[in-house]
Amino acid sequence: MSDEAEVEAEVLEQLPLDAWHRARGARMVGFAGYEMPIQYEGILAEHEWTRQHAGLFDVSHMGQLIVTGEGAAEALEALLPADVSSLKRGRIRYSLLLGEDGGILDDLMVTNVTREGGEPAFYLVVNGATKWDDIGHLREHLPDAITLTYLEDRALLALQGPEAAAVLERVMPGVTGELGFMQSTEYAFEGGHLAIARSGYTGEDGFEISVAAGQAERLAERLCAEAEVKPIGLGARDSLRLEAGLPLYGHDLTPETDPVSAGLEFAISKARRARGGFPGAEHILKLLDEGAPTRRVGLALEGRMAAREGAPVHAGDRQVGTVTSGGFSPTLGHPVAMAYVDAAHASEGTALEVEVRGKRLPARVVPMPFVPHRYHRKGAV
Amino acid sequence: MPRYFTEEHEWIEVDGDTATIGITDYAQEQLGDIVFVEVPAAGTALAKGKEAAVVESVKAASDVFAPVSGTVIEGNAALEDDPALVNTAPEAGGWFFRLTIADPGELEGLMDQAKYKDFVAGL
Repeated sequence: MSDEAEVEAEVLEQLPLDAWHRARGARMVGFAGYEMPIQYEGILAEHEWTRQHAGLFDVSHMGQLIVTGEGAAEALEALLPADVSSLKRGRIRYSLLLGEDGGILDDLMVTNVTREGGEPAFYLVVNGATKWDDIGHLREHLPDAITLTYLEDRALLALQGPEAAAVLERVMPGVTGELGFMQSTEYAFEGGHLAIARSGYTGEDGFEISVAAGQAERLAERLCAEAEVKPIGLGARDSLRLEAGLPLYGHDLTPETDPVSAGLEFAISKARRARGGFPGAEHILKLLDEGAPTRRVGLALEGRMAAREGAPVHAGDRQVGTVTSGGFSPTLGHPVAMAYVDAAHASEGTALEVEVRGKRLPARVVPMPFVPHRYHRKGAV
Repeated sequence: MPRYFTEEHEWIEVDGDTATIGITDYAQEQLGDIVFVEVPAAGTALAKGKEAAVVESVKAASDVFAPVSGTVIEGNAALEDDPALVNTAPEAGGWFFRLTIADPGELEGLMDQAKYKDFVAGL
């Protein structure tokens, strides 16, 4: 027996909740340079628990950054295709750090955290595996007048699932009512200060909570004291985000992929399409106009054999694409995958074949998300 | 019936010139929830140390190797409907396949239960 997926990094750091995870029976693995919990009781059970109740994820490996200074919005707009300058206080946008050629260096969340009467301030959450490169890129490209601060003394917890809001409201009365999907607020918790965003990476309603490292265990403990909440590992985080059709940086998004091929046109706001001025704008706007030659698509597979990263996708005897991530969908009971395929084979319903261990598995292009999102959009019924 | 173990965490139970093969409790614990098992078809010729079956958990696919060379008599059809048998009964109902042993000499060098237990304890 050989396990192809687990890769041990040489020197792994420990996150603030390390001992807490171990005390709860987590199996720890190396990920993004840290020892992190891959599972507690089992990926399937944790996946289903999150879809039915609420799961608490430790995502403290992610990079939390603050960009401040007069002109911070415009400075970020030179690096991201988001309409940062019209982003209201407490609002969050999904965006992309783009290279000069329009390739995706990282995907991230940007929140306007400017205080009343204060200088412009934006809070960025970037991927753990790319955060050092991101920080280097931002330091190199942001003007000297803009300050970049890495919040290395803060942990990040995500509470996700249909019961997340009820739990959070019980623990922190008054916090959920005002918050819609992709909105953020602050909350005083036991003498500390939390930044709470209604967002996540599971497709469920939920919250991402930035907390001082020293308070993280207390917060995790408090949330897990609620009957609806269990700690959930990285394994289920991956299967949940896959079902939600959300790309994983380093797999579904890379410096070789662009926002249009990746199907992330929504991250290029209307104003920025008109205004341009982001890295690779010319190339990306041309792709928007003419269509990208390849597209990220969802594939549904029959049977139970999964197609995973690197599996070739065929139309007849021609390879037309490659799987970038895939696995068994616990909710659907069959495997699903994301793949980049030639645009001619990217439309819904197209029958393709995925090659796995020398076998051709029938696959069909299906819309993503594979499992419907259940975000709490304010104003939505 | 004698049961042997490999360093790749397969077990092999020998009955005359036939053998039943599966993965150990340690192996299933490491893999986590099994969602799919591909077992070899009857008649397949397997070579010692080469891929014989595939076991997939939610997170990864792993090869299962043939502990000895031989010809497959049957794969465990029960795993098709219930791959989780590998989690619940890895060293019983969750067996993978049976084969006719080509060369009993290949059993030499495999670990017995006590040696395997020591091997796992040292991991």
